[in-house]
Amino acid sequence: MTTANASRYPAEYSNSVPLLCGQSLSWLKQQRTNALLQFSEQGFPALHEEEWRYTNVSAIEKKLFSPKVNKTTGFVDVEWLKSYQLEDAWSVVLVDGHFSVELSYLEGLPNDVLVKGMADALEEIPEVLERFINQAVSVDEHSFIAFNTAWFTDGLFVHLSNKQVLERPIQVLHIATQQDVLSATRTVIILDKLTEASIIETYVGYDNAYLSSAVTEVFVGKNADLTLYKMQCESEKAYHFGGVYVKQDCHARFRHHNFAFGALLARSDIHTDLDHASECELNGLYLGVKRQHIDNHTRINHTKSHGISRELYKGVLDGRARGVFQGRVIVAKDAQKTDSQMNNRNLLLSNEAEADSKPQLEIYADDVKCGHGVTVGQLDEKSIFYLQSRCVDEETARNILTFAFANEMVDKVRIKVLHEMILDQALLRFPQEGVNKEWL
Amino acid sequence: MLSIKNLHVSVGDKPILKGINLEINAGEIHAIMGPNGSGKSTLSHILSGKSGYTVTEGSVTYQGKELLEMPPEIRAREGVFLAFQYPVEIPGVSNIYLLKAALNSIRKHHGQSEVDAMDFLTLVKGKVRLLEMDEKFLYRAVNEGFSGGEKKRNEILQMAILEPKLCILDETDSGLDIDALKIVSEGVNSLRSTDRAFVMVTHYQRLLDYIKPDYVHVLANGQIVKSGGAELALELEEKGYSWLEDNQVAA
Repeated sequence: MTTANASRYPAEYSNSVPLLCGQSLSWLKQQRTNALLQFSEQGFPALHEEEWRYTNVSAIEKKLFSPKVNKTTGFVDVEWLKSYQLEDAWSVVLVDGHFSVELSYLEGLPNDVLVKGMADALEEIPEVLERFINQAVSVDEHSFIAFNTAWFTDGLFVHLSNKQVLERPIQVLHIATQQDVLSATRTVIILDKLTEASIIETYVGYDNAYLSSAVTEVFVGKNADLTLYKMQCESEKAYHFGGVYVKQDCHARFRHHNFAFGALLARSDIHTDLDHASECELNGLYLGVKRQHIDNHTRINHTKSHGISRELYKGVLDGRARGVFQGRVIVAKDAQKTDSQMNNRNLLLSNEAEADSKPQLEIYADDVKCGHGVTVGQLDEKSIFYLQSRCVDEETARNILTFAFANEMVDKVRIKVLHEMILDQALLRFPQEGVNKEWL
Repeated sequence: MLSIKNLHVSVGDKPILKGINLEINAGEIHAIMGPNGSGKSTLSHILSGKSGYTVTEGSVTYQGKELLEMPPEIRAREGVFLAFQYPVEIPGVSNIYLLKAALNSIRKHHGQSEVDAMDFLTLVKGKVRLLEMDEKFLYRAVNEGFSGGEKKRNEILQMAILEPKLCILDETDSGLDIDALKIVSEGVNSLRSTDRAFVMVTHYQRLLDYIKPDYVHVLANGQIVKSGGAELALELEEKGYSWLEDNQVAA
């Protein structure tokens, strides 16, 4: 079937399909075939779709990014990689969409924690993956999910069991090393009941144009606790489409910290379904400079009673950058006593920067506490004068206030080495010069 | 130290100050009193360099320099300090950082080296005790979540550390209960010295029970309608501002 949205990707990729991981598994092959069919019909999301109205992805169709189906990795600059690797963390490295056992460091991982490349996991424990792949997200969500399902080359599988409380975080580094490469990965994270972990997804790349498509499905069991960080520092020519889709069991706690700093065009979806008395916290910071377009799309779905959700996304936009925030909170009929708060604050530093914010509350229960707030504005002149009256010159006062605005989100990071790295990354990309972290 | 001559100030087309003359010498405490809308706050804002005002006539000389030509931060580095009526909350910037940055800017302005970290901490902690503040305030964001009284104390703490030459206190007593008023006043009194001057802008006489002024000036309709000693404040308390406003109209 051919429509106006027809994509040339399916034809271009047809040779690589037989080489993808898990093709010997009939269930996965079927899922991939269906996804391919769906993507062939739909093409990439279009502006007339409500969830994509602010983000034009047609540039991806104009270019052609190619998946790397064979696992042979190219040259990886180890020193460069090290600059993104956290100390005191287990480290998993995926290069151009493939798990690299050589670059990963998993020594001393407790027995109750299983960490494997997705391709390996599909060979070794396909029956487990069958129960989780495309269970937290459906290919109907949007066509990037179909795209990812059809063509993911590898990814990661993480499983915590036996009440394991992981004392060190696991860092997952996605690195893109080649011009025009498609890095399509699928990650599944499972926390059994009463387990706890911190996992850091990091996206970086060489100074090239490339496409990252990263879908992460997360299952947080009863009374389990997951803090998931996303540090998106892609190259400024790159395209990034990432989604984190979460299912929380009752009393499960999930915190997400989303730092969207890089890429020319970036979209992140963070969706979570809460059960009875589950809690979630979604934090986000996007820094847009030059012509960056950064879109964050969140959905918090309260399905049962007594759930708590807190959300705060902040954006700093300079130059001709555009930031998009779409936040949806759904409170189902049975989700009585839900307590939910969603806020989005934007700081515009130039006349040509733009912020689009669309908070949506859909409440079907009658005994709930839900609030939301949005601000789009400039620096407060009273604050600038106050600092000036305390000997600070105007330019520095503006820098301090801008940095302080953004830093509120960085300060929520509890892992010290990660806090430092994110602060450095934020400063590196900060619109103004002369910004100093001693201000904090 | 400060010489205000025939100062006329407007906001937009509206004249607010209509010919203020005031001489303030080192060591003196001047109280500027007056009813709401008399131009008291405009006077403190214009001295500290807040934007939004137009000087249409007159001059202000501070230590022999044209004050009105300096940007606010230069005035502050030159020793002019405004204690705000409504101190601003600055989330994300720690109180102690701002204190240190401000002190170092002043030192740099005067060609001095940065303050030693240990000396600074000793200095700050001493002043914190003087103002009966909790040391935790130092590490919190500037004024964020502070009560009205805590904010005012924080202003005086900044003043105590920066050791300005000219202290302008804008309605410092507003929003203070009697205990906080005493602490703030003791803080101010401890800073009285022969080389420092104070301008206290206040609506009520109450603050002057604790900080005794050398001179009291009454501002009404943008002009100083009466000047006198500390006893003038008491007279005002008794008779109200209408007494002078009526006089002015009659004159």
